[in-house]
Amino acid sequence: MGKYLLRRLIIALPSLLGISLILFVLLALAPGDPFGDLATNPNIPPEVREALRLKFGLDDPIFIRYFHWLVAMLHGDWGFSFASRVNVDQLILQRIPTTLYVIGSSQLVALIVALPVGVYAAVRPYSLFDQVANTIAFIGFSLPTFFTGLLLILIFSVNLGWLPFVYRADISATGWHWYWEYFKQAIMPIAVLGLFQGASYTRFIRSAVLDVIRLDYVNTARAKGVSESSVIVKHVLRNALIPVVTLVALQMPSVFGGAIVTEQIFRIPGIGSLLISAILANDTPVIMAVTFVFACLVILFNLLADIIYGWLDPRISYG
Amino acid sequence: MVGLTHASPTAEAEAPAPAAKPERRFSPWRDALRRFWRHRLAAASTIILALLALAIVVGPLLWRIPINDIDFTARLSGPSWAHPFGTDDLGQDLLARMLYGGRISLAVGFAAMAVGLVAGIIIGAIAGMSRGPIDALLMWITDLFLSLPQLPLLLLVIYLFRNFLTSLVGAQGGVFIMIVLVIGGFRWMTVARLVRAQFLSLRETEFVEAARTLGASDLRLVVRHILPNALGPVIVAGTIDVAAAIIAESTLSFLGLGFPPDIPTWGRLLYDAKDYLDIAPHWALFSGGAIFLTVIAINFIGDGLRDALDPRKVM
Repeated sequence: MGKYLLRRLIIALPSLLGISLILFVLLALAPGDPFGDLATNPNIPPEVREALRLKFGLDDPIFIRYFHWLVAMLHGDWGFSFASRVNVDQLILQRIPTTLYVIGSSQLVALIVALPVGVYAAVRPYSLFDQVANTIAFIGFSLPTFFTGLLLILIFSVNLGWLPFVYRADISATGWHWYWEYFKQAIMPIAVLGLFQGASYTRFIRSAVLDVIRLDYVNTARAKGVSESSVIVKHVLRNALIPVVTLVALQMPSVFGGAIVTEQIFRIPGIGSLLISAILANDTPVIMAVTFVFACLVILFNLLADIIYGWLDPRISYG
Repeated sequence: MVGLTHASPTAEAEAPAPAAKPERRFSPWRDALRRFWRHRLAAASTIILALLALAIVVGPLLWRIPINDIDFTARLSGPSWAHPFGTDDLGQDLLARMLYGGRISLAVGFAAMAVGLVAGIIIGAIAGMSRGPIDALLMWITDLFLSLPQLPLLLLVIYLFRNFLTSLVGAQGGVFIMIVLVIGGFRWMTVARLVRAQFLSLRETEFVEAARTLGASDLRLVVRHILPNALGPVIVAGTIDVAAAIIAESTLSFLGLGFPPDIPTWGRLLYDAKDYLDIAPHWALFSGGAIFLTVIAINFIGDGLRDALDPRKVM
């Protein structure tokens, strides 16, 4: 197992390098000088500007600059936020738990909804249940997250007044009341993301189960007298989940995209809303760092998918 | 696999009546069209999308209220005869703005799809025809792009290059070109993989072998013989990509980082509407509803096309 993990990690490294290279090249190609402000500032003599450029290595060849940048990133030296006057890594560390909490719970919700619905629809294909579930799933992933978010706010906050539509990090209540308030404000963001993902997962699971359920080994299991529920859960589902894991891993980039939108709608203080506010404030170090963190998260989740893959499919050798 | 003769069970049932109608012939394309129309939701969606496109193209000619006609006496009013979709916070007519914005949203969707499709076909074809390191490298890049976080990168590229392109081609055109290129640039991977997979199997088939024996060049093989047969799944993927591109553009506009504020794309309308949800819900509902209707129609058409063009999946 350890060896297998190590091998996956080694395969993930080039992707990380590739992504960092793409990010750096984008930044280097972008027009505009980071010291442009200094050039227009009459109080700073040109010699000082030249000295600064030399100090930060702006006139070096691009490969050397990339190398310096990469080494700095690896040391945890992610720069300094222009807008909020703190180190970028601190800013991100502050915000990342909220994002992971929202994304994690929404994925859980998505799977809790999608697994039973997808399996049941595949066990009875073309039944009324299957058709209704299929149509609802279609509607679900055709509704963009920003529209569902606004719809939920319109229904549950504006009309019914049940749920708050602004996510607050500083809830004044204590004890059980605090948990209740915390839970209440998380319902809508998690539901928006969870249902959007759940809709596509339902379709993945349905078609994967449908592919497996007609195979001979399933009939064999039934013929041996294994109960139907055990056939479905132990024999069908385990095999059907293998392609689903791949598809879910491929969905990760769009999950993070959805998280940015949701964080922006509900004003959740995560790294997605940090990215948007950094863009609005022209805070380049934060923008670069957050984009890189998102890329790392995607690769991390792909690694996780690999591990689950190995657990589901014993044919993959760990050796 | 369109070119291969495939007949669904019903087609066989209808076909053995040559005596009654000798002039009736089945080409693969007509067969596909028939299968497509049998998918009722896809057929209905085609009609809805056609109506939407017609409204967007012809609508501004018939509904002649200018999109920036400010009327403070009719601020935030709900649907009425004078303003069928109501008005926004400056009293501008929402129907006129949505008809105009729809042109941009749909144009971005189709243009980005075209960019992604062309890039995907070229990359997939090169990977599929060449063996060895070129294929491996191209597929590694494809996988890398598949694991890139698209929305953050979209935002980053637009942030870095917006001013440059705006100064080069002007505000509206610059943003349009950039958004189309960037969205298309993140949507070619599925197509590339599909094309490569099709090429790998098709290049070994006998008819390609025959054409090669007759002395056809590689380019001719690809363009005349292999590509037409690989097009079915690509068309399906391209259709879905239109919906994805429309959502991507709306997302950018909804975050306030897409087109400039004076261009009322559907996402931008929703962005402006979100602060008035309590007093003017019609504003958000109409613009969001338009995005939803377009996207779901395109998704259903994609589903119908999959049934029609990928006969292996029809049971």
